[in-house]
Amino acid sequence: MDYSLKIGGEAGQGIQTVGDALAKVLCRFGYHVFTNQDYESRIRGGHNFYQIRLSDRPIRAPRRPLDILLAFDRESIPAHQAEVREEGIIAYDSSLLKESFAGPQFLDIPFVKLATDTGASRIVANTVATGAILGMLGFSLDPLFDILTVLLKRKDARTREQNRLAAVAGHEYAVKNCGRCSFSPASTGVPKMLVGGSEAVGFGALAAGCMFYSAYPMTPSTGIMTYLGARAKEYGIVVEQAEDEIAAINMALGASFAGVRSMTGTSGGGFALMVEGLSLAAMTETPIVIALAQRPGPATGLPTKTEQGDLFFALYAGHGEFPRVIFAPGNPEQAIRLTAKAFDISQKYQIPVLVMTDQYLADTQWTLDNVALDNLPMKDYRTDAAEIDGLDTYARHAFTASGVSPFGIPGKTKHVVVTDSDEHNEAGHIIEDKALRSKMVEKRLFLKLENIRKEIAAPVFLGSAAPETVIISWGSTYGVVREAVESMGDEKIAMLHFSEIYPLPGLQSFDYVEVLKKARRTICVESNATGQFARLLKAETGYTVTDRVLRYDGRPFLVEELLEELRGRA
Amino acid sequence: MEGLEKYLGEIPAWCPGCGNFAILRAFKEALAAEGIEPYRLCIVSGIGQAGKFPHYVRCNTFNGLHGRALPVATGIKVANHEMLVAAVGGDGDMYGEGGNHLLHAIRRNIGVKLFVHDNQIYGLTKGQASPTSMEGMVTKNQPLGVLSGQLNPMAMAVALDCGFVARGYAGDHEHLKALIRSAFNHKGFSIVDILQPCVSLNKVNTYEWYGKRVYHIGDDHDPSDRMKAFARALEWGDRIPIGVIYRNDRPSFESRLPMIAARPLVDGVGKWQELKEKLAGSLNEFR
Repeated sequence: MDYSLKIGGEAGQGIQTVGDALAKVLCRFGYHVFTNQDYESRIRGGHNFYQIRLSDRPIRAPRRPLDILLAFDRESIPAHQAEVREEGIIAYDSSLLKESFAGPQFLDIPFVKLATDTGASRIVANTVATGAILGMLGFSLDPLFDILTVLLKRKDARTREQNRLAAVAGHEYAVKNCGRCSFSPASTGVPKMLVGGSEAVGFGALAAGCMFYSAYPMTPSTGIMTYLGARAKEYGIVVEQAEDEIAAINMALGASFAGVRSMTGTSGGGFALMVEGLSLAAMTETPIVIALAQRPGPATGLPTKTEQGDLFFALYAGHGEFPRVIFAPGNPEQAIRLTAKAFDISQKYQIPVLVMTDQYLADTQWTLDNVALDNLPMKDYRTDAAEIDGLDTYARHAFTASGVSPFGIPGKTKHVVVTDSDEHNEAGHIIEDKALRSKMVEKRLFLKLENIRKEIAAPVFLGSAAPETVIISWGSTYGVVREAVESMGDEKIAMLHFSEIYPLPGLQSFDYVEVLKKARRTICVESNATGQFARLLKAETGYTVTDRVLRYDGRPFLVEELLEELRGRA
Repeated sequence: MEGLEKYLGEIPAWCPGCGNFAILRAFKEALAAEGIEPYRLCIVSGIGQAGKFPHYVRCNTFNGLHGRALPVATGIKVANHEMLVAAVGGDGDMYGEGGNHLLHAIRRNIGVKLFVHDNQIYGLTKGQASPTSMEGMVTKNQPLGVLSGQLNPMAMAVALDCGFVARGYAGDHEHLKALIRSAFNHKGFSIVDILQPCVSLNKVNTYEWYGKRVYHIGDDHDPSDRMKAFARALEWGDRIPIGVIYRNDRPSFESRLPMIAARPLVDGVGKWQELKEKLAGSLNEFR
């Protein structure tokens, strides 16, 4: 079983509400679900879509063709009709689109009339449509009733009853009138969790004990702040919307200096404003985690589209030389794990760590069976106040064998904690001495880096053990590349996916460079115009990929299109 | 004054005769008078001659970037509101580079005490105009004279309904010390603009210049009257008022955060078991 459906409409019509409700219902049935969204930079109007794929086996990307297209606007028809398979269904309401369509694919369902017949307002047409889709697919409405109860918990009893009736009306109408609906859903399984990319970063931060998040809203990073803000009271964390990104990173650094795990999040333009603060984090050895949710640039670019164009920016941002770690999760499971790991590494080495996502990953949802909380690194690296009190003097930047100084918390020890953005001595006071300067550079950079490298996990290597062709990818393209490679069914192909991208993993545990050297063809797949990861790979390992597949139109790779590209080159 | 030894910091690198020395002494005396232990105080600063201030006071110190002291101080105050958190900077640092942060720190009413060493000139970069330089002042970098209008930080703060607005003068020691103590004791955001002659670079606004003009705001002034405060804040010229111009009792930012009502934010860090129970609940929301 492998079905795909798409809901298209204007901003403000509630397509996200319908999509979210449907996806949740399908997860409750125990199916694997994958959702992705495409939207424009506007509050009302335009054309947006929400795509849902469901299967009884793990899925990791959107696929074509569509089995059902639910059209809330006229634009959905020309935009997506060609994606619908011949036996597929295009469900629409002719009163809403002000037009009737002939042809066996089209199914006119009076969403608005069925909604208003219950006494409800027009917006409840969404609930009718949700019920109708479940009817077409041959599912019962029970989980939807549960979900509606939660969604409408703040509404009155009458509204809840109207929505229930609307779902039933849509369901019945579809069952009765959809002649070509012949879906045969696989048997249901254990209910699954549905986790989005932004939520996963937010949850990872919570799980790492993040207690302060300051940010300025910027698509596609805002979802992280929204997720954390909604849970601020419950977790006792402070989420502050700063006046700008400069303030956001400096506030987070202040809270971190004072002993609270802190994070900020933004997209490329906002990160540009944060860059001086990034350098400050490095100089003052103040831990910080920065979520960098990429979108196409330069400048304002395409605010609601996707790109992996900021790898080099993240890699080289900040004046001066200092260590940093960059993670780029490929799915929500990795986003949770790597955000938690980002905090751990940041605290352990007192360095900035970046978690890079993009609009595609931020707005996709994947199913997970569970998240193993026991595997998360819940460890406090701050030095106990009593231990510091026992010292004759305390120096925030004391020289040690590892380069990491005891992490004293101001106000918690009787000693004072001093740091400076100027070059400083061990005590944190301004110096200009050349020998001390060199020693501080070595402490901050070389000593720490040696141990940091050991923390970086090997890339994911799937497929042939001795491949002739290797598909290389990083970050959000993981799912699409994996589906493409698996679809090729070629015994001589493998994929190599990097989610811990800087420093690049060492070769001790797995010599991926050797694998690449032995392959006949190595193709790096990236959502950018210049092949930044391939260039990083060359800079760090000396290995040059033989081929690249690059996409920079602001849209994510699609499995079918990628397959075509790869078949042409492999 | 006795009891200042514990605040002894590094040796200042300021010019001999700099107004900053007087501010430093008044500040330490205010700390001693209020019985504030060095470890209970955190001073955040940026860049400029005033930015070096926390190194000269033994205290927790975050000497960060130019213009960015207030956001850092905000983060520190939220993390541990039991500490006295002060921000110190010059007119360029706080009114120029960090102007936006000042607006929003006032709006938040975060309980940070801001002390601005206002010498109406750039010191560290050697003599350029600052936002508070008087219109027409000729400098090496402004050979036509300063074309922009002079910023009035006191009027701006009153307009933004800042919790505590005061002006001091480095040449009036006891008065300045009393102002600093009042700022320490104010619950919300406090700004104290301290007129401070730059003996090396500002040949206009000298000790003599200020000495002829400053006068103490008397008991007849009601600092809770915003309109009168605004009128007082606009006074600049032959007579320059020093003292508390305006104050109100808007609740501080930190007092409105339920998360830190029971304990400082920093005391909640590392409570892993407590955290795990909440996480299990959040995982259920994904189902």
